[in-house]
Amino acid sequence: MCQRCNERPATVHFTKIVNGEQSGYHLCEQCAKEHGGFFAKAAQAFDFNQLLSGLLNMESSPGFSAPPATSLRCSSCGMSYSQFTEIGRLGCPKCYESFSVRLDPLLRRIQNGTAHSGKVPVRSGEQVKVRKNLDTLRKELQSAIASEQFERAAQLRDQIRDLEQRMNH
Amino acid sequence: MSLSDFLQTAMSQWMKNGGPEDDIVLSSRIRVARNIHDTPFPTLQTDTHANYVIDQVTSAIATPEMQHLGTFELLRCVEMSPLDRQVLVEKHLISRDLAEGGKHGAVILRSDEVASILVNEEDHLRIQCIMPGLRLNEAWTLASQIDDAFEMTLAYAFHEQYGYLTACPTNVGTGIRASVMMHLPGLVLTGQISRMLAAISQVGLTVRGIYGEGSEALGNIFQVSNQMTLGETEEEIIGNLSSVVSQLIDHERNARRALAEENREALEDRVCRSFGILAYARRMDSKETLQRLSDVRLGIDMGIIKGVSAGILKELMVMTQPAFLQKYYRQELHPAERDIRRAALIRERLRMDDTEVR
Ligand SMILES: [Zn+2]
Ligand SMILES: [Zn+2]
Repeated sequence: MCQRCNERPATVHFTKIVNGEQSGYHLCEQCAKEHGGFFAKAAQAFDFNQLLSGLLNMESSPGFSAPPATSLRCSSCGMSYSQFTEIGRLGCPKCYESFSVRLDPLLRRIQNGTAHSGKVPVRSGEQVKVRKNLDTLRKELQSAIASEQFERAAQLRDQIRDLEQRMNH
Repeated sequence: MSLSDFLQTAMSQWMKNGGPEDDIVLSSRIRVARNIHDTPFPTLQTDTHANYVIDQVTSAIATPEMQHLGTFELLRCVEMSPLDRQVLVEKHLISRDLAEGGKHGAVILRSDEVASILVNEEDHLRIQCIMPGLRLNEAWTLASQIDDAFEMTLAYAFHEQYGYLTACPTNVGTGIRASVMMHLPGLVLTGQISRMLAAISQVGLTVRGIYGEGSEALGNIFQVSNQMTLGETEEEIIGNLSSVVSQLIDHERNARRALAEENREALEDRVCRSFGILAYARRMDSKETLQRLSDVRLGIDMGIIKGVSAGILKELMVMTQPAFLQKYYRQELHPAERDIRRAALIRERLRMDDTEVR
């Protein structure tokens, strides 16, 4: 029986091997095509087997030392990386950072690199810029304190305060 | 209601003829995936999250920026009948996933149905613009304007490196999927289609049959789309797709010319035979309907059939789908009854152009 709709007989069978652990995935043709989420997307966007073998190779490629999929978990939504490979969809926007160590190699395979070069939202784009600025300033502040440049540190602290206030508006 | 009145109200903009290259390009579609900042994707959505998204977009469509772009209405899936949802799927305005998915889905429709925004499908928002003919740039411009108007009130999930964040990594970055729906009977009849499809998949695009599977696309209708969404700008993605589509158009025209020069009789026989069947048959299944419509449309484009509008392919390929038939005849129809009604609807439509049809 199909694991997704529990209605039609399962005619499409996927086998995945993650960290040597084999798991089967059984869907009816319709669900495999329409509701398989990642799988449907993948089948639509490129050859399904190509992707799975891509995932598979990544798990087993020598010298690849990402933490095991089972221990990788998004601190924001709680999704684990192995859950993601099961359902093919991420849980929340933060998952991208939580899983970046594994997602980056995946993106390199299925996308045209890992860096966005298109449209940037006006408001959120501004926030991204400010946040990046803040990171740099905070690092500078730390090194200023470490090297006892207290005047510089005070300046930096004020700048950081300004930016933080702008972020909250 | 007469069929022509029904057509007036039931047809989306893209189903009407018109637009550049509309002898081969049926429609152009841009779909952009967006999600709201700090909110779980629909994958892990609770009722609270889902309602939050609906509330956010409801206030977003009420802004002057949005109203400037047209009249938008939000419809929750649970408030629509399954038949009405299915009609929207057949008109390509929402996805099957949204129609059949959970209770949280909604769609925002612009009154002319050029733009539809899918809410709480795989992503929080999927902004879709669909236009007749080859008009990818125009569709992208509109989608981008709607996107900007949404962003006035919504804070998007955007990452400096990864771009717009989406539930599935196959959509991350630009979140854009540009698609062109093409009628390619010449390439199919001359046996060149599989070679073309193989070549297209080498250049970062995918092709699939809209109806049917792979290269056995029913009605010779194919959809060509970009595969990757991250790493190139929207303009580069659209430009790449456009140039491949232009080449396909050239090849299709050459194939049609070759058919007319080398195989005129066989072509005329095929086309006229299909017209005869559409005009006189009393039972039509959807598969045969699409094939015959494709033949007739080719005959119209090549001047073999005169007096029938080229628009019948698009009109009837949507109108003869199960939900649309039931909507038109205002009753539930079993598959066997549908075949009878489908044949009747086709004859009725042909009579609008050609009174000889019985
Ligand atoms: Zn199923
Ligand atoms: Zn997460």
